[in-house]
Amino acid sequence: MELLTAILVGVLFTAAVYLILSRSLLKIILGTGLLSHGAHLLILTMGGLGGESPPVIADGVTDFADPLPQALILTAIVISFGVTAFMLVLSYRLYAVHKTDNMNALRGNDEHD
Amino acid sequence: MTNIVLFPILIPFFFAIVLLFFKENIIVQRILVSLGLALSLVSSIFLAYIVHTDGIQTVNLGSWAAPYGISMVSDAFSALLVTTTLIVTFFVVIYSFYAIDEGRERNYYYPAILFMITGINGAFTTGDIFNMFVFFEVLLMASYVLIVLGGEKRQLRESIKYMLVNVVSSALFVITVAYLYSIVGTLNMADISVKIAEVDQPGIITVIGILFLIVFGIKGAIFPLYFWLPSAYAAPPIPILTLFGALLTKVGIYSITRTYTLFFVHDVGYTHMWLMGLSLLTIVVGCIGALAYFDLKQIIIYNIVIAVGVILYGVSLMDDFAMAGSVYYIVHDMLIKAALFLLIGIIIFVTGTSNLREISGLMKQYPGLGWVYLIAAFGLAGIPPLSGFIGKLLIVQGSFNAGHWIGAIAVLLSSLVVLLSVIRIFLYAFWGEPKETKPINRMQYKKMMIPTTLLVILSVVYGVGTEWFMPLITDSKDVLLDPSLYIDAVFKE
Repeated sequence: MELLTAILVGVLFTAAVYLILSRSLLKIILGTGLLSHGAHLLILTMGGLGGESPPVIADGVTDFADPLPQALILTAIVISFGVTAFMLVLSYRLYAVHKTDNMNALRGNDEHD
Repeated sequence: MTNIVLFPILIPFFFAIVLLFFKENIIVQRILVSLGLALSLVSSIFLAYIVHTDGIQTVNLGSWAAPYGISMVSDAFSALLVTTTLIVTFFVVIYSFYAIDEGRERNYYYPAILFMITGINGAFTTGDIFNMFVFFEVLLMASYVLIVLGGEKRQLRESIKYMLVNVVSSALFVITVAYLYSIVGTLNMADISVKIAEVDQPGIITVIGILFLIVFGIKGAIFPLYFWLPSAYAAPPIPILTLFGALLTKVGIYSITRTYTLFFVHDVGYTHMWLMGLSLLTIVVGCIGALAYFDLKQIIIYNIVIAVGVILYGVSLMDDFAMAGSVYYIVHDMLIKAALFLLIGIIIFVTGTSNLREISGLMKQYPGLGWVYLIAAFGLAGIPPLSGFIGKLLIVQGSFNAGHWIGAIAVLLSSLVVLLSVIRIFLYAFWGEPKETKPINRMQYKKMMIPTTLLVILSVVYGVGTEWFMPLITDSKDVLLDPSLYIDAVFKE
């Protein structure tokens, strides 16, 4: 099972890197979304996929899933959500001011502008 | 008073929250922000005193015993950095009263600074690797806001790149923590150190060490990961640039220093060789950049890159002298870079340009500015009585002790380049025929000079009175070179 998720994480990272290296700003932001998905799935995988039941204390349950990675993922998800929301608004402003979403047109080649 | 460790983190956080309620009232904002920073500065000086007299201070949040809860650990190194951070921020905020326009002040400029300080002090103090990631995000989020605040064309263009680089490096941080967790099964930094020693650093730990170098290298701008820094830092206004230049890269340096002295100490030949090689190359690219530009901001920005290289080179030697030198130099660099950026800001304020070719003969009109700048420039280059000297002396001494004479010569030559780059500003801007400048508000100029001059005086005191600060620096060096001190302090209860 870990092998399968590891391959899936690898595919997500590949797609993320490909998208981040593209020219369109929106594709780049989609790429960062995939990158954080990959990272979160990786935490879950690296914590081990064992455990019979969810980490909630109940009578007669002894084999829990590791609760720590789940807490880490929850933290990382809200952080990346906040950052992505900020980045989307920033790119909206950028488009309004610069009238382009092409990263090649956003080069700063001017020493004194 | 065991919670004193948390005060330099919680006080700015509390004041930042209170400031959110006074959006329109600039006077209240200014009073509250300076009060908050002054209080946290006092608490951090007290913390440094306690750490010096009683040893390393730890707080286990929620009283959960060490590896299970989050521990906040304040050793001499982090107490020193927290205090310096607050000193620099205090002076920069005073400077901002006169240098930042009202529009920015009305739009959460001071709360953003205080949130950033919360993140920086937290990252310096935390004893938990995932908590460090969270504090990194706190300071990065505030820095995104600060770099784009104002919404000028250039700021928008550069801030999106700055954000993208940091989002990628944050994802890499999470990935690295996940790998480390799967090997050692713990997140507490002292416990990680114990577990790594138990498994005797197999190859995968070395891989994780290099991954950490990449993650923190992006934050701290080492070669070849510094590419984002020069253009991003040039975009925001001077006080924000000062905070970034003096503080943000130092968080990356601190994290590299902490992980490379606490975690990855069992295969030093490989990991620290990379650190050494990359830091020397960082010095080289910084030198090239510092000489290449005729732009005031760019020259000092590339000097940040040089300093990053020098400090990390000292760390990579794992030697008594060099480590003390690095600790000394990182504090010196925070003070002097802040002072230099503020001085550059005043030059840009009185001339209206940052192009060195368009400025000349300021000495007649602004002799005070000229002399203060000259002292700061000599301090940066390391002319003996001033503060840059001792740090580099110790690093060079450690380098010769270890037999790395190439590194020692590189550090010494970089001093010459630093001197050349900052003296060139002095020669072009202050000597020569005075040019016609637009009339400026002399009162505002004087008010901007006060915090700047105080910061320069402080750096001179730091250089002249090295003896007073040496006990703290020796304490820091001892903890960095002997991880068992850190581990014992965390597991004492």
